[in-house]
Amino acid sequence: MHKKQITVALSGLNNIDNPGPGIPVIRGIRESNMFEPRIIGLAYENLEPGTYMHNLVNKTYKVPYPSDGVDALIERIRYINDIEKIDVLIPNFDSELFTFMKSADILKKMGIATFLPTLKQFEERHKSNLPKFGKKYNVKVPFSIALTNINDIDNLTDDFEYPVVVKGKFYDANIAYSKEQALIYFNKISSKWGLPIIIQEFIKGIEVNVVALGDGKGNTIGAVPMRKQYITDKGKAWSGITLDNKNMLDLTHKIITDTQWCGGMELELIKTSENELYLIEINPRLPAWVYLAVGAGQNLPEALVNLAMGKFVKPFSNYEVGKMFIRYSYDMICNVDEFQELSINGTL
Amino acid sequence: MKNIIKLKTNIAISEKGFMFDPSTGDSYTVNAIGLEILGMIQQGKVFVEISDMITAKYDVEPSSFEQYFFDFIAVLKQMQLIENNDA
Repeated sequence: MHKKQITVALSGLNNIDNPGPGIPVIRGIRESNMFEPRIIGLAYENLEPGTYMHNLVNKTYKVPYPSDGVDALIERIRYINDIEKIDVLIPNFDSELFTFMKSADILKKMGIATFLPTLKQFEERHKSNLPKFGKKYNVKVPFSIALTNINDIDNLTDDFEYPVVVKGKFYDANIAYSKEQALIYFNKISSKWGLPIIIQEFIKGIEVNVVALGDGKGNTIGAVPMRKQYITDKGKAWSGITLDNKNMLDLTHKIITDTQWCGGMELELIKTSENELYLIEINPRLPAWVYLAVGAGQNLPEALVNLAMGKFVKPFSNYEVGKMFIRYSYDMICNVDEFQELSINGTL
Repeated sequence: MKNIIKLKTNIAISEKGFMFDPSTGDSYTVNAIGLEILGMIQQGKVFVEISDMITAKYDVEPSSFEQYFFDFIAVLKQMQLIENNDA
């Protein structure tokens, strides 16, 4: 089969103990029989491991943080595109999605395709908007409120019973068993990710997840449910297994159909002992464990690239149940010259 | 005691006693006799039949076996591996 040469730029090369999805997405794209990809890494830090994985990433460019403003990031992308002629760009961090979604037309004019949720889809699934989302789409969600003032912690017992889950706008979640713990987590998370802080009702049950891809027309291109088998102290899956769970898939299809979801997504769910599913979060991108879906028979990164390029993608109809992933850490030996190159010139 | 105990149909049980529930991702191991009993349950045998076969084959009193058997069933129920709760 003739493989199409494409250039894909993506972020999330931080393959660390709290990994970004970049490397697993690249592995999916590289394992595709349809593409001969050139992979361009977009790195925010000098020590994102993916930058140094030359078997996976052809070239990496440092990019400014989204907090530096849309213009700075887009100008950098324009510079990179002039050199690399990017076909598809896949942002893999929640925190940069807003910038890229707002700039989708500018990117399109540059000849760069994306396949991202709309701003409306992105906004309405925000943690702080989850109760409204649950009501609108008739999905069970835990009660939650968004706090912008630490003093509001004093009044939490008006609406909640401890324990509660204290969450950051983009990342981080901790279970607080008392007001004192809630105060600590409020400070810890807000200093890192800003405000608001989300206080969410604690639902007792097992956390299960679904990785899925919507085509933006209400169709689910693929969906694979998973249960974390081993969770790190950062709450990340170190091991997981694919599940045969119709309820989880039905819920995923319903959400994608009702929201007309466009792009990758991860549903974070709690399954109670009564087998009820509560939606606790929608991450608007493919998750770091997406390679499990590839291993189970659904190459969602490949499908996402095809959709971005305007190609028809036939929805996946099955996947292998009982497929597992186990992460591992691995020490790469690199030369300081490479580190220097990236630090000084912003490319490697 | 005449009721048939039904394991959930999607439970996979290997010859070595590894059980996997694909709807939850949970896995369990059973010993050889547990595996034998699960096999009989899967064949649709009721408690009396299972008790007769096990007490004939192994050195165990029917009264003791009854206690062990229903303890075992209680564990299976707790693990949500059984479909009906009438046993």
